[in-house]
Amino acid sequence: MDALLLSRIQFAANISFHILFPTITIALGWVLVFFRLRYNQTKDHRWMEAYGFWVKVFALSFAMGVVSGITMSFQFGTNWPGFMEKVGNIAGPLLAYEVLTAFFLEAVFLGIMLFGASRVKAWVHTTATVLVAFGTTMSAFWIIVLNSWMHTPQGFEMIDGVAHATDWWAIVFNPSMPYRFAHMMIASFLTVSFLIAGISAYRWIIGGKTEGVRVALKTAIVAAALLIPVQIFVGDMHGLNTLEHQPQKVAAMEGNWETQSNVPLLLFALPNEETRSNDFEIAIPNLASIILTHHADGVVPGLNDFVAEDGTILHPRVAPVFWSFRVMVGIGMLMLVVSWATVALMLRKRRDGAGRRGVSGLPKPVLYGLVGMSFSGWVATLAGWYTTEIGRQPWLVQGVLSTKDAVADVPAAMVGTTLVAYLLVYAALLVAYIGVIFYLAGRASRGQSDGPVVARPNTPSPLPAE
Amino acid sequence: MYTFGDPSVWLPFVFAGLMGVSILIYVVLDGFDLGVGVLFPFATDAEKDKMVASIGPFWDANETWLVLAVGLLLVAFPQAHGAILTALYLPVAIMLIGLILRGVAFEFRAKAPAPYKRAWNNAFFAGSLMTSLSQGFMLGMYVMGLEWTLPHVGFALLTAVFLTVGYSFIGATWVIHKTEKVLQLKAIDWAKGGIWGLVLGIGAISAATPLVSDRIFDKWFSWPEALWLSPLPILSGVLVVSLWVMLRRMPFAADGFSWLPFAAATTLWAMAFGGMAYSFYPYVVPEKLTIYEAASAPESLFIILLGTLVVLPTILAYTVLSYVIFRGKATELRYD
Ligand code: HDD
Ligand code: HEM
Ligand code: HEM
Repeated sequence: MDALLLSRIQFAANISFHILFPTITIALGWVLVFFRLRYNQTKDHRWMEAYGFWVKVFALSFAMGVVSGITMSFQFGTNWPGFMEKVGNIAGPLLAYEVLTAFFLEAVFLGIMLFGASRVKAWVHTTATVLVAFGTTMSAFWIIVLNSWMHTPQGFEMIDGVAHATDWWAIVFNPSMPYRFAHMMIASFLTVSFLIAGISAYRWIIGGKTEGVRVALKTAIVAAALLIPVQIFVGDMHGLNTLEHQPQKVAAMEGNWETQSNVPLLLFALPNEETRSNDFEIAIPNLASIILTHHADGVVPGLNDFVAEDGTILHPRVAPVFWSFRVMVGIGMLMLVVSWATVALMLRKRRDGAGRRGVSGLPKPVLYGLVGMSFSGWVATLAGWYTTEIGRQPWLVQGVLSTKDAVADVPAAMVGTTLVAYLLVYAALLVAYIGVIFYLAGRASRGQSDGPVVARPNTPSPLPAE
Repeated sequence: MYTFGDPSVWLPFVFAGLMGVSILIYVVLDGFDLGVGVLFPFATDAEKDKMVASIGPFWDANETWLVLAVGLLLVAFPQAHGAILTALYLPVAIMLIGLILRGVAFEFRAKAPAPYKRAWNNAFFAGSLMTSLSQGFMLGMYVMGLEWTLPHVGFALLTAVFLTVGYSFIGATWVIHKTEKVLQLKAIDWAKGGIWGLVLGIGAISAATPLVSDRIFDKWFSWPEALWLSPLPILSGVLVVSLWVMLRRMPFAADGFSWLPFAAATTLWAMAFGGMAYSFYPYVVPEKLTIYEAASAPESLFIILLGTLVVLPTILAYTVLSYVIFRGKATELRYD
């Protein structure tokens, strides 16, 4: 394999591993703030119990996010020097602002948030938690600004082949940024909601039926049920925005080869780049046209428009974009069904009319289903990023810099060796991470909880008689 | 013509300065927590917990200075960033894997099932060692002008060892400050051993630097520069001797001045670093690319500078706040 392909795989492996953990910390930070504030308000210990368990998962995820993030910041230099040389004047300040406004904030206050509760006043501890959550959000903001700019660049001019900023406002608020930022933030909240719901359901099943588990599960599933329709709506808007700026990506997402009207929505197909058509299509007539143009006979751009006179292909590889998009949307739909069904079950009245059934009323299969969905947010998020990023190829910065022009002149063998090393480390860490989360859940459920005690000893409240 | 002189001259200079400061803060701060990791095999299991507790609240923020330093290199001198990092591809990868291992080991050793704790302790040590060695190696290669020839690699292997010993020295002085009783006594011994790494390391780099380039040789040994440079080696010598004397008498009554070896080590570090910065200026890639040639466009540097001027003091303030909150002897790390 050549260095370009290996470098791409290496970058993809590193960023895919990295994004797993920010996806969790961004939203989990705010969820912890919520738990903490509810406790400050109600002095009800179940909120602190929930806080105590999830702050450990947060600490673990944060460490994973930090170390894999450090890898990312070196990748630009080691593998993609052309990137900074050409668009460094724009990417540089955005990355610098991320370090300055976000990373230090998170890193410093994390120490206080995790270990400082007994050393500082309660409000300082709450503030530290808020600042950490705010820091992760800021960092998501800046990096998404940069990434969105790479998809829809504006506010710059090229002088001697190097991009120079002319309008920072236009760079930061580039056309795809608001959609991408909103979609990613909600993705993070959904990922965390299903993680909390899944792990809480696991604890419930193995007998850790404490009040803390109950509120965590309820909070998570209600949040998921509220957010998933918003995510679908935002996703749709995002797609329309992409149609405007990167039509070739939408064409690949839809698997549509010819520009035409009445385009069907493909549920299944095997895009074939040799014959430039799809095999084994299963489709709903007109639906793609309706979604993208709001008319059954709307015209949707096709891939064949993106082939140069000399036959050079100017659109991304179709199958990965097509399929990762379906994985994301499929999981989105699944999340909709699962979260709404769970909420509906919790809202059922007890037979004797004494209030709602809540978490205790959830049947076993539903609980197992939630456990199974614990990491579904990860899959959807990765699939979403693959759609976006592979869909941008062959460009690194749309219309400005192609991926192959940015790659480093490093021997393929070296890239290959380090790639294998990274993959081994990542695989081991992923197993350890998931294993430890379930281990912590098991230990907490066996009553060996050693969660933080902020005001007074934390006695898990007994279950009310059913 | 310009209000503050030509921005394409002073901006690169300011950014080189900022980058230098962040690298210095990094090698001191992460230096001590990497050093603590390198010292792990010499400690008992209970002592390991104490040692981790002494760096637990800080390590993450310490590493962020590396991100800032690389970030500044990346944003202010993009060409140099590419040239340096592609030349150091392999050691960078080893360092990154080391950083990954030790960073996650902090968490896993406390959370994983008990039988795995030993494995994570080992990972913490191995990661710290890989990181220190590769940083020392990169330092050596950088001094030698980033060329992969046998003698250069040999020299870099030496600096790899020296920097690692130097880190464990500063780590030991940190442990002296943060612990008491048996562990503190042990740390004093470690520091006595580690000081030689520091002396040899600084010595080797100082001896090699002027020999690699005539330009640096002239900068050091021509009159009158040599005169006002002379306090640097003299002061360093004095510091090393007083550290040695001090360590032999420690701990002092009522644990007084337990911070002094750490402070002295930091000063030594800063002087060695200052000497290097002086030698290499104005080059950012030794003898190939000056900071002025490698700098980004002034308008981009300016917008970063604005933010930096506001944010950097804030960062320093809350960093100090966190060291104040966690001052005193390390206590068991608990989330409460
Ligand atoms: C949508 C969010 C997002 C995305 C797309 C990225 N990151 Fe990230 N990153 C975060 C969200 C985040 C975070 C939530 O802020 C993290 C995770 C855990 C943490 O400590 O901060 C983080 C940590 C983190 C760190 C460690 C910071 C520290 O020391 O505290 C670095 C150096 C990077 N990232 C760099 C990158 C680079 C170079 C990326 C792109 C190529 C990137 N991240 C993509
Ligand atoms: C965090 C979520 C992200 C994920 C999961 C992700 C994933 C990917 C993937 C899979 C590719 C490979 C596409 C291909 O080569 O076919 C890629 C390319 C790339 N992305 Fe992203 N990306 C993310 C965010 C970012 C951000 C925030 C940046 C920049 C600031 C970025 C910069 C790049 C670059 C430089 C490439 C080109 C290298 C390559 O083609 O592999 N990505 N990304
Ligand atoms: C079910 C309805 C959904 C729709 C219609 C939808 C739509 C989209 C579209 C069109 C893109 C590509 C943006 C581009 O062209 O660059 C995208 C990207 C993405 N999606 Fe979704 N999405 C849905 C659900 C989800 C879910 C459930 C998640 C995660 C929990 C998710 C996470 C992401 C992420 C992380 C990206 C990449 C970042 C970005 O470009 O925003 N999506 N989505």
